[in-house]
Amino acid sequence: MSIDLEQFHETFFEESFEGLDIMESGLLELEQGEVDLENINTIFRSAHSIKGGSGTFGFSAVAEFTHDMETLLDQMRNGERQVSVSVVETLLGSVDVLRNMLNAIRDGSDIDVDSVAETTVAIKAILGLENTTTDSVKEQVSEAAAKGWIVHFTPHIDIMKTGNDTVRLIRELNSLADKAEVTVNNDALPPLSELEPEDCHQSWVINLIGGEVSEDDIREVFAWVDDECDLKIEAMAKEDDYIGPERRDDDRRQKAPERRNTERRSGKSSESSSIRVNISKVDELINMVGELVITQSMLSRFGDQEDFTPATIERLKDGLAQLEGHTRELQESVMRVRMMPISFAFQRFPRLVHDLSTTFEKKIELIVTGETTELDKTVLEKIGDPLVHLVRNSLDHGIESPADRVKAGKSETGVIELSAFHQGGNIVIQIKDDGAGLNKNKILSKAKEKGLVSQDERMPDDQVYDLIFRPGFSTADVVSDVSGRGVGMDVVRRNIRELGGAVEVKSTPGEGSVFTIRLPLTLAILDGQLVGIGDETYILPVISIIESLQVKTENINAVAGNAEVYRLRDEYIPIVRLYQIFGIKPISTDLENGLLVVVEAEGKKIAIYVDDLLGQQQVVIKSLETNFKKIEGLSGATILGDGTVALIIDIAGLIDLYQKDMASSVVSIKGAAA
Amino acid sequence: MSETAEELEAQETEKEFKELLTFFLAGEEYGVDILRVQEIKGWDSVTNIPNTPEYIRGVINIRGAIVPIIDMRLRFMLEKKEYDATTVVIILNVVSKGNADRVMGVVVDAVSDVYNVPANDVKASPDFGTAVDTEFVTGLATIDEKMIIVLDIDHMLNAAELAVVDQMSE
Repeated sequence: MSIDLEQFHETFFEESFEGLDIMESGLLELEQGEVDLENINTIFRSAHSIKGGSGTFGFSAVAEFTHDMETLLDQMRNGERQVSVSVVETLLGSVDVLRNMLNAIRDGSDIDVDSVAETTVAIKAILGLENTTTDSVKEQVSEAAAKGWIVHFTPHIDIMKTGNDTVRLIRELNSLADKAEVTVNNDALPPLSELEPEDCHQSWVINLIGGEVSEDDIREVFAWVDDECDLKIEAMAKEDDYIGPERRDDDRRQKAPERRNTERRSGKSSESSSIRVNISKVDELINMVGELVITQSMLSRFGDQEDFTPATIERLKDGLAQLEGHTRELQESVMRVRMMPISFAFQRFPRLVHDLSTTFEKKIELIVTGETTELDKTVLEKIGDPLVHLVRNSLDHGIESPADRVKAGKSETGVIELSAFHQGGNIVIQIKDDGAGLNKNKILSKAKEKGLVSQDERMPDDQVYDLIFRPGFSTADVVSDVSGRGVGMDVVRRNIRELGGAVEVKSTPGEGSVFTIRLPLTLAILDGQLVGIGDETYILPVISIIESLQVKTENINAVAGNAEVYRLRDEYIPIVRLYQIFGIKPISTDLENGLLVVVEAEGKKIAIYVDDLLGQQQVVIKSLETNFKKIEGLSGATILGDGTVALIIDIAGLIDLYQKDMASSVVSIKGAAA
Repeated sequence: MSETAEELEAQETEKEFKELLTFFLAGEEYGVDILRVQEIKGWDSVTNIPNTPEYIRGVINIRGAIVPIIDMRLRFMLEKKEYDATTVVIILNVVSKGNADRVMGVVVDAVSDVYNVPANDVKASPDFGTAVDTEFVTGLATIDEKMIIVLDIDHMLNAAELAVVDQMSE
């Protein structure tokens, strides 16, 4: 019975990468001087699992590499070795190398032999195995991918006496490879008269070609005769170059990819993404489905009913109410299956901050809170890059150098806080630094220079800060490889908006900045407020709505021609007449006949004028782009209970649209005046 | 021998038929590849999409998919006509290069017939004054003395969308 191991490759890679993440975070903790035996054990276990797995699947290069790491960790675990910064650094480096190796194997590309060798030597040096050199390690690494083997088998003279049969061993070798060429050396053979039949005088050179044999396989054949023979196993460079060790190194590396072809196939399937679900969530689903089936069978009884009495109608209503409840619960459970803790996105930051703070020579402490906050897997995957960008930005532009910090009367170590929490049906992620804060004047002059705002324009602080999200904007004096190319923040905002979220920044000079990202819990379903404008029904996301109110005429103020604002308590909120922006014929254009819905996105508030509020319901978001295209101001569409389509308004997009509309009307007024 | 083989081959290609669904639009008969037609349905109300050209009537729900509806008369700048009992929406599968296939609907005056047209009977169209830009015409087919304009729906409906993009960027 042969088992196709390839089907398990994907799981192995997934587990290994998880293991690497665990090792990484463990090592970072170690580095901060928290020597905790449990922690070292965890790191050790992860390394051990990777070694075991890679051995099983025949990724011997990985197994060998991990073996040394494991040895080192074992010594640390047993207290034989002191945990020092340099050791941890080396181990961190080897985690990277290991990750690259695994990636290379999965994608079927070449392993970076040089970095593997370097790191292996570094580890061996710590272990006290100084006699290994980079080259010899390289050779070992390459050997794992060699095309064939040259086995020098020289049995001791009395091997036969222990009941071993040399010919059987050679046959067994032959069965391993596609082809075996055996050369016997009879030089030591005495003349026939002196020959003792129980002695063995011959030696053999066996060339094993093809068949994906590992060195271990060969050693296994000779396992029983280990002490009774001299065994030398060399990797073969080229198929036709049996004995030519000088040329081996270069040739072998070219050969390496060929052997990996078998592994490549599994790499393709790696794109099919999988999800790990807690068993309790699945149980919950099954329970819900059970309930649903019961309700369904109860309801189906009514189908057979001849005539309906008030009593049966009452029961039917009860049943339907139950069905509604179960459907909602089922929907929620299914959504929960897709939910993953945000720690998956957060876990790379300790390392990132560690590396970058070294690069920038800054002292930074990273505080992470709320890692267990759950959000949709798709959102989680897509939020990673924008988050990295924001954290890098805080590190690069936000936190000052230690000297500047001391001058400013702050502690040398800067603090970056990464936190996630729920707020009113949203996930909020905050990146907070205690750096210098955004430089308002610099931003403004830069924006003027780039022509993003007119020279004499005055704007409130929040709007100035908001400029950093505009395309083509970057304030970094020096363009570093980390940030400052001016393609950053607008991409961050765009990515976040694509997820249906919003990002805003608040900053206090000298005290730091806070970037706040708001994300919907899920991309698939939205709590919608249905509003009527003329004959049309639009949907506003309930989470963006602050309040709905009837218009009091005395609170309406007209500002410079077209723009109207509404005074709500002590705030002036621009009134957006949706029918104007969307070109719809409304029931009434008189504000008093309709309602204002005050909504907020990215820290900006507008009051949308609608004819009527029609009720709230959960709606399934359907993309307009599937069959059509993206429309400004809309985030998608949905199908209402009566089968018609209703469009979902994208508040942030609508605010942009409104501002553009205002700007163009200002232009036309100017034009009319001239 | 070789001649007969060639003849046979010629006959063979002649036998390749194309099935066309034809419809009327302002008195002219147009045809589209029937394999692209997903369904034909009567005119029903649509949900308007703001800030799009007039010829994009809106979107409808076809078994859970949001499908845009395009008025062919308006698309080709023909005279507007009130929708009546014969007005239909033809739901088409549109193939666009580099993108996933899309589903779109077109509003036409009436459906006419389904014809079997030999593939090489569809002749390239001369540049003459049909209402439809020759850009979107695959060719002309003659059936029972009638001329049918065969449309390149992929090109047409992708261009229809491009027009929207242009307008938005203005």
